[in-house]
Amino acid sequence: MATSTSVPPADGPQDAPADAPGGPGSGGSKDTRQRRRNLFHRLDVGAAPYTFIAPFFVIFAAFSFYPLLYTSWISLHDVELATMDVMVWQGLQNYTELLQDERFWNAVANTATIGVISAVPQLLMALGLAHLLNYRMRGSAFFRVAALTPYATSVGAAALVFTMLFERDFGMINWFLSLFGFDNVDWESQKWPAQFAISSIVIWRWTGYNALLYLAAMQAIPKDRYEAAAIDGATRWQQFRTVTIPGIRPTIVFTIVLSTIGSTQLFGEPLIFGQGPNGITGGVNNQYQTLGLLLYEEGWKNYQMGRAATVAWTMFLLLILVFVAQRLIKRLMASRQAAARPGPAAPPPASPSSSSLSSSSS
Amino acid sequence: MGSVRKAVGTRVVAAVSAALSLALVAGCGGGDGESGKTDDGKTKITMGLFGVMGFKETELLKRYMKENPDVVVEADVAGDEQTYYTALQTRLAAGSGLKDIQGIEIGRAKELVDTQADKFADLSDVDGIDHFLPWKLSQVTTPKDKIIGLGTDIGPMAVCYRKDLFEKAGLPGDREEVAKLWENDWSEYVETGKKFKKGLKDDKAAYLDSASGLFNAMIYGNSEQFYDKDGELIHTSNPAVQEAWDLASETATAGLTAKLRQFQPGWDPGLANSTFATTVCPAWMLAHISEKAGPENKGKWDVAEAPKGANWGGSFLGVMDSSPVKEEAKKLVAWLTAPEQQAYLFQELGNFPSSEEALKDPAVSGAKSEYFNDAPIGEIFGAAAKDIPEEQVLGRKDGTIKDIFSQGLQLIEQGKSPSEARKTTNERIEKAVG
Repeated sequence: MATSTSVPPADGPQDAPADAPGGPGSGGSKDTRQRRRNLFHRLDVGAAPYTFIAPFFVIFAAFSFYPLLYTSWISLHDVELATMDVMVWQGLQNYTELLQDERFWNAVANTATIGVISAVPQLLMALGLAHLLNYRMRGSAFFRVAALTPYATSVGAAALVFTMLFERDFGMINWFLSLFGFDNVDWESQKWPAQFAISSIVIWRWTGYNALLYLAAMQAIPKDRYEAAAIDGATRWQQFRTVTIPGIRPTIVFTIVLSTIGSTQLFGEPLIFGQGPNGITGGVNNQYQTLGLLLYEEGWKNYQMGRAATVAWTMFLLLILVFVAQRLIKRLMASRQAAARPGPAAPPPASPSSSSLSSSSS
Repeated sequence: MGSVRKAVGTRVVAAVSAALSLALVAGCGGGDGESGKTDDGKTKITMGLFGVMGFKETELLKRYMKENPDVVVEADVAGDEQTYYTALQTRLAAGSGLKDIQGIEIGRAKELVDTQADKFADLSDVDGIDHFLPWKLSQVTTPKDKIIGLGTDIGPMAVCYRKDLFEKAGLPGDREEVAKLWENDWSEYVETGKKFKKGLKDDKAAYLDSASGLFNAMIYGNSEQFYDKDGELIHTSNPAVQEAWDLASETATAGLTAKLRQFQPGWDPGLANSTFATTVCPAWMLAHISEKAGPENKGKWDVAEAPKGANWGGSFLGVMDSSPVKEEAKKLVAWLTAPEQQAYLFQELGNFPSSEEALKDPAVSGAKSEYFNDAPIGEIFGAAAKDIPEEQVLGRKDGTIKDIFSQGLQLIEQGKSPSEARKTTNERIEKAVG
């Protein structure tokens, strides 16, 4: 994209003198050709960049923007998949019903709890792992690739394997617990064990990925800071806290944003973990139904497309709400920080992090 | 000169990329044209199937192609019916991407008859389709007597039980005597379970796998289930539903179930590791049990008659009206559902014929299952098939409602009171269907 926009100014001045002598030298009837060529030239300079960026926007319009509009239209109707041509106008009724539906609030709560119990340990573990990988050691390339393999595994395969591990009667985890005299845990049918099991799938898949992001940021920290800290007598732990963490703060914010988005969209893991009808409803008691699953249940189990679209839009609005709130809190904290300590150190870490925030949230 | 060429080059690239992006967008509309003719002039028929319907798994399709050398059949089999049906509905709504022949599960039959009948070809004019059980084709017949599918199998029910565990619990092991234990009523089946539990002291095995298995067996023995003949929901008022719910929840509260979900994780290893002693089994389930319980349990499993006839499952094959090879596809469907082929599939896989003629075939009526202790399954399921109500009223959302009921019974297995679970179930049905 950057190259296509830089072409016209570079090309323009060069082209103009090359064309100008060519025109008069070729004769009278060439005048129209000359004009046409000028038109082409102007089109080339003016339209080419747009044509180059067109693929993205055409595809975006067809696959994102149009569905978005259509979804909002559907969400105002009562529609079933089998009879998509029969749409009954509902106005905002779908929305009011959803907000009064306890399943919705249950899904919001589940999404939040599963999000927290998967994102927090995952990011902390990633931080530790990155710190270890950052040490000079043998076979570091191997460990770095190994850290990334879970991320390369498909959600389906990973979730399926974990489902078997967490199986009640013959699962390996219950077998392991039984060695210590614990009774079989019914992971699937109880709320917290189920949410824990699902978050373990998420943690397993994403820890290595985040660790590599942290590692990349850590390697950009100048070595002399560590040397200076070491000369001042800082221990490894102190170095980690006072040099590493501040050094990669923008990356940390970035991964938090990424995992927040990921958690909101959590879908495949619980669906496969539950298996069959129970996966779709997030357990018989909806004990691990996330917003994504609620959307799926309405759309692809009950075939109520209008209500599914409502869930989709509500999710979208919720995400926007979360980010607006987050920006407000950030601004509030930054201004308070600035007021408390008007040193030059405060603004720089704040600005790169906020820019990475806005780029990923858009 | 160089700059001119460069300009032309950019133009070409720009044009190509614009065309490409348009093509990408346009591409989603098309995507049809899979069927019809192959490159070498043969007729190509495509099929969309789910589960183990047996046509692809056995040699049937290959045999048809051998007998009809100018026909090529390609079958796409989805493992999971839910996924399959979702895709089918989307394609029906979009009017593209459909195969020439599509499988129809019984739980979806009514919805397709009600909403999509015009997209299916009428099969009532196909020759030689008067061999089906009387109620089978009526399930896919529209009020205007259009038939949108021909029947494949049906699911008459019996009780599969573990002979060795029954004997261990002090109950008879012989299948005739076992059948006598619950000769009159399903409640006797539950009473037997209580005796079983008392008799089997040290063993942890439960009496039955899941409460919902029993619920299904009882529900499907009635001509009206969740909907009445006019298509009105009667799941709260139908006494048959209440009776099935009460008895099934009794097995849950009395601790007779292994709290498993049929066909979900835990159930398969449960079959192999003897975590339960009985399961209500439609004929098509035998293949699954023998495969999952494995050779080490051969002869331990047996089949006894159920107290009451019921039908669980069974499918149809429909032809799409828009298919370019409609007539050839109709012929193929008629052949695949003909009595000989149904009898063959029963012998190969245990899918029980929906054809009256096939039922009379000695290969079917005299069939025995070696795995199930040489049980005369042809006789047992044949008798059960005759006991199935003459008329079965299907409803639009039967599949969804059945799932919600079985989740309600799982709530009881997890400790909720039956009345509370029923309340939740009714609320959920209202939300899902209303």
